[in-house]
Amino acid sequence: MLELTGIVVSYGMIEALKGVSLRVEQGEIVALIGANGAGKSTTLMSISGISLLRQGSIVYNGVPIAGRPAHEIVRMGVSQVPEGRRIFSRMTVTENLEMGAFVRNKRETVGDMERCFEMFPALAGRRRQLGGTLSGGEQQMLAIGRALMARPKLLLLDEPSLGLAPIIVSRIFKIIKEINQQGTTVLLVEQNAKAALRLAHRAYVMETGKIVLQGQAAVLENDPGIKKAYLGE
Amino acid sequence: MRSSILVPLAAGLLAFPFTGVRNALSVFAVACAAVFLLHVYRTATVVAFRESADGSIDRLRGLLSTLAPYLRSSAALSIISIIFLILPILLNDYYRDILTLTGMYIVLALGLNIIVGQAGLLNLGYVAFYAVGAYTYAILSTRFGLSFWPGLFVGALTAGAAATLLGFVTLRLRGDYFAIVTLGLGEITRIVLNNWSSLTGGPNGIARIGRPMIGGYVLSSTFDFYYLIVLIVAVTIYAVHRLMFSRIGRAWIAIRGDEVAAEAMGINTFRLKLLAFVLGSAWAGLTGVFFAAKMAFVSPESFTFFESVMILCMVVLGGMGSIPGIILGAFLLIALPEVFRDFQDYRMLAFGVALVLMMIFRPQGLLGAVKK
Repeated sequence: MLELTGIVVSYGMIEALKGVSLRVEQGEIVALIGANGAGKSTTLMSISGISLLRQGSIVYNGVPIAGRPAHEIVRMGVSQVPEGRRIFSRMTVTENLEMGAFVRNKRETVGDMERCFEMFPALAGRRRQLGGTLSGGEQQMLAIGRALMARPKLLLLDEPSLGLAPIIVSRIFKIIKEINQQGTTVLLVEQNAKAALRLAHRAYVMETGKIVLQGQAAVLENDPGIKKAYLGE
Repeated sequence: MRSSILVPLAAGLLAFPFTGVRNALSVFAVACAAVFLLHVYRTATVVAFRESADGSIDRLRGLLSTLAPYLRSSAALSIISIIFLILPILLNDYYRDILTLTGMYIVLALGLNIIVGQAGLLNLGYVAFYAVGAYTYAILSTRFGLSFWPGLFVGALTAGAAATLLGFVTLRLRGDYFAIVTLGLGEITRIVLNNWSSLTGGPNGIARIGRPMIGGYVLSSTFDFYYLIVLIVAVTIYAVHRLMFSRIGRAWIAIRGDEVAAEAMGINTFRLKLLAFVLGSAWAGLTGVFFAAKMAFVSPESFTFFESVMILCMVVLGGMGSIPGIILGAFLLIALPEVFRDFQDYRMLAFGVALVLMMIFRPQGLLGAVKK
């Protein structure tokens, strides 16, 4: 479904990605794990068309998308839940969700909003509340709901566990699993390697702009190197 | 506490080489007074007063918003229009003229609000597009006899076209850089108008610009222009209101809130910012045509940086993104200096103080939406 081949992205003189290749198949949850500054978020940003490639290619459903503007990529069915949630803090919950459906015809989205509230009952009671006044967990749920409003075929999640209590993290991960079971392919960036490996089918491990390990998530979870570096054993 | 002595001392010492002993002393005294006031400002009574003042403005806002549905009803709208239609009959030429001027600035401020208040682009050279509209009509009217009504559209289109060209380049810059470049654009426009004598008449300007005509009647009295601007204001308010609550308006608010997130929602941020810039500027162009036709004369003096600042003040003072707020802002900044004519020399100082106070007490503007 998505294939990155040798992508290089640099910020000025610094190369953030030094030739990253990965692939995501239809229906999968793929995790991208690694430490701070490994280039995980940059990888997502370049898929979304916000960071520009210096080299390499990104092919989505057989179409090269590198170099296309971000808004076109969203229209092609790739939505991102950005790091730090980036809720529109001065819009209400409902307005935030409507923004998520910006690329779609308004009439088609009526049922989607209700489905979103079913998925996140915590938001249903807060429809008219401003996004900025929600708690961190609620904001994360809103960010995911907002991305789903675009009816993506591929959902990119950037650190959904960031700054959240463990109980909220497990709830959000459960929802990600549900979203996947309903047919959305997921590419998940996480620092919380343990939780991510449990959720994902396959995983890639990044270090300083390169993929250093890849494989089935269950296998990686038991890899002694991974255990030592990321799982605190 | 130590800084309360050090700050005035530093200010006085810095001023000394430029201004001499006596002025340095007065700078010192003023700085002392400022620091003292700052201490007072922090005391409990003042805080309580601030909160109660803030509370009463918010109650007023609340009252306004509960009244809003009634105000929008057709009965209220017709009463308001009747007031504005009868009002000039009760006033003399001088006040009619001031009301007309206020109307012009309402249109300008509502146009700038699209750029600054909606899309969040700090435009410090707005007056350039006002000038483009005014000069377009002035030149076409005096040389080719273009009449006023098509002139309105030509002026708006020219200003919009100029904004499209400039926007393509400048909108690649963000935040402060955009503000600085637009500031430059405003000044460049004025300097070009001042020096391109063969086209613009240089500092002498262009005189004997055609007046608007309806049938065979030439609009020339203060009555005529008052009613004309009331019409333009009404159309502008309607259009801006529709725009604010449209899909495009929502996208602008998203861009102002968080540009990266807006992009991730599939909004073509560049195109929408350009659209805001062009639409706002087209309104400035239209007002420019009205101005040229009303005065029958234009010169570069009317298009200084000060004009841009004043229009921006109206938007900020009244409340970004709020139509009633901006109308109030225009009334305050046009009507008050006229009422207090004797203090005209201190106008800039008063504006500066007013803006600083606003930033401290009410950053969202007098009638700006409550964002907590």
